Amino acid sequence: MASKVIQALYNDDDVLMHAVKKVRAERHHIEEVYTPFPVHGLDKAMGLEDTRIAITSFLYGCLGLAVAIVMMNYIMIEDWPQDIGGKPSFSYLENMPAFVPIMFELTVFFAAHLMVITFYLRSKMWPFKKAENPDKRTTDDHFLMEIGVHDNEKELADLLWETGAVEVKVTEKES
Amino acid sequence: MYTFSNKLRLGSFIAMGLGFIFLVIGFMSAPSTVEEAKAMVAVHDDGHGGGHAEEAAASHAEEQGHGGEAAHGEAHDASHDEHLLHQLQNRPWSALYVAAFFFFMISLGVLAFYAIQRAAQAGWSPLLFRVMEGITAYLVPGGIIVFVILLLSALHFNHMFVWMDAETVAHDELLQGKAGYLNPTFFLIRAAIFLGGWIFYRQYSRKLSLAQDEADDNSNFVKNFRWSAGFLVFYLVTESMMSWDWIMSLDPHWFSTLFGWYVFASMFVSGITVIAMVTVYLKSKGYLEQVNDSHIHDLAKFMFGISIFWTYLWFSQFMLIWYANIPEEVTYYIARFEDYQLPFFGMLVMNFVFPLLVLMNSDYKRVNWFVIMTGIVVLFGHYLDIFNMVMPATVGDQWFIGLPEIGGILFFGGLFVFWVFTALTKAPLQPKRNPFIEESRHFHY
Repeated sequence: MASKVIQALYNDDDVLMHAVKKVRAERHHIEEVYTPFPVHGLDKAMGLEDTRIAITSFLYGCLGLAVAIVMMNYIMIEDWPQDIGGKPSFSYLENMPAFVPIMFELTVFFAAHLMVITFYLRSKMWPFKKAENPDKRTTDDHFLMEIGVHDNEKELADLLWETGAVEVKVTEKES
Repeated sequence: MYTFSNKLRLGSFIAMGLGFIFLVIGFMSAPSTVEEAKAMVAVHDDGHGGGHAEEAAASHAEEQGHGGEAAHGEAHDASHDEHLLHQLQNRPWSALYVAAFFFFMISLGVLAFYAIQRAAQAGWSPLLFRVMEGITAYLVPGGIIVFVILLLSALHFNHMFVWMDAETVAHDELLQGKAGYLNPTFFLIRAAIFLGGWIFYRQYSRKLSLAQDEADDNSNFVKNFRWSAGFLVFYLVTESMMSWDWIMSLDPHWFSTLFGWYVFASMFVSGITVIAMVTVYLKSKGYLEQVNDSHIHDLAKFMFGISIFWTYLWFSQFMLIWYANIPEEVTYYIARFEDYQLPFFGMLVMNFVFPLLVLMNSDYKRVNWFVIMTGIVVLFGHYLDIFNMVMPATVGDQWFIGLPEIGGILFFGGLFVFWVFTALTKAPLQPKRNPFIEESRHFHY
């Protein structure tokens, strides 16, 4: 189903921030803002929920730590017991200092990689996906704010011009 | 202007008084003869179901800094008893020294943090400068007390630093080799230079900071920036040497090349924790209105980060020695593993696992009482850290956290609070003309 949206382009992040605040104050729902770089404080101004990716990151880190412990225990203690540093105790706990770097690295590895993959999936980004940004200039030096139109085209356009938009257009959007 | 609340002042006096009494009791109850020492240990053994003496004898062979290993043999029993006497006599001194050094170290850590903020021309922190300057005020009395304790050690009032004993050095070739550096005179000269340099920077920087409030240009600020950058160079060298002199030389045979950094991490995280705690306290009393949650958040981030940095250094030092298992190095950890299990592993939990889990969440770093609670645990953890650095060398397995230790914490804690909060009353809590004050005021994360 195609929906009608109004798109306003800005050429400065400060102007954009003020525009976002003003549009929100007028109780319009901003569907999306496309920017060439992360704008500090934009998420708060748009009223977006806090990201939960930190929680996934913590869980992935715990998973990595567990994998490291199980793996090193199997490799170095059970499957082929090793005399580590002249201390043939063959106990995981007593040899743990030797495994700490591996435990640390795998924790970081799992947390980082799985977090990136999660982020891509959550953002619905995968290879050969068609780019979502409606205007190529948002990858260069323009900022684009997108608002859904509900029979208030004129009012919205006036408001957006007033906030310092350099261009305002109404289009049909597939979704 | 801040006024010292009567309750807090009274509290600090009570702590000092109680601490003083405890310390005196500690000194009075230390044995003065070998017989007394043996009797004390015998009573102690009964209380703990015995078996302690054998353990002590076994670990005694690994004890180091107890020069003249060859001289043992037949005279072993007698020398062991005398060693025991020295350990028991050292206990109140060590308790005093650990606490004195710990609180001194906090203000030194804050001074380093302050100098970094100055040298980096940080925009977020100027609102906290007066708090930091208040804490570094303790550098003067704290430094003098530590110096006096070192002086008394050099004058043989105690046996904490075995290399200060000419008799021991005469039987110890390793100590003879180090005597060019490790001798009481040069030791005290170095201590005086370190303390003189730190105290000079602290007083001068404070003067410039106050002068900046009344000035009509930024020349004081620029001067402070230059002195701070210079101080950091001086500090990094002298802090490292200080840690060898004042702590590492307690085990004069043992050495670790990253010991200076390790002690630095400990003082840095303790210092930052105290900045956060004092700031939150002042805010709760209605001062420092301009300091917002983002400032506290930043301090808590530093607490979190430096706790992990401390762990990294602790582990780097530990793992190499553990892995290589070279006898002369590994004795250091064997003494701690066998006789100090609780403080040694307890410290790791308090200084690493606890802040890691508790301060990981971004939101918790903004909750003021949460920061205070975490801070208390971190400070105890780092007290234990210093305890573990000092006690095994001076009292061996005769450690206990009893009256002298608690007395030391109370006395120096009280003195610290009294001195710091008195210094805070001396100047407005908010710098007026710092060029970055506007940025600091609007700081948000």
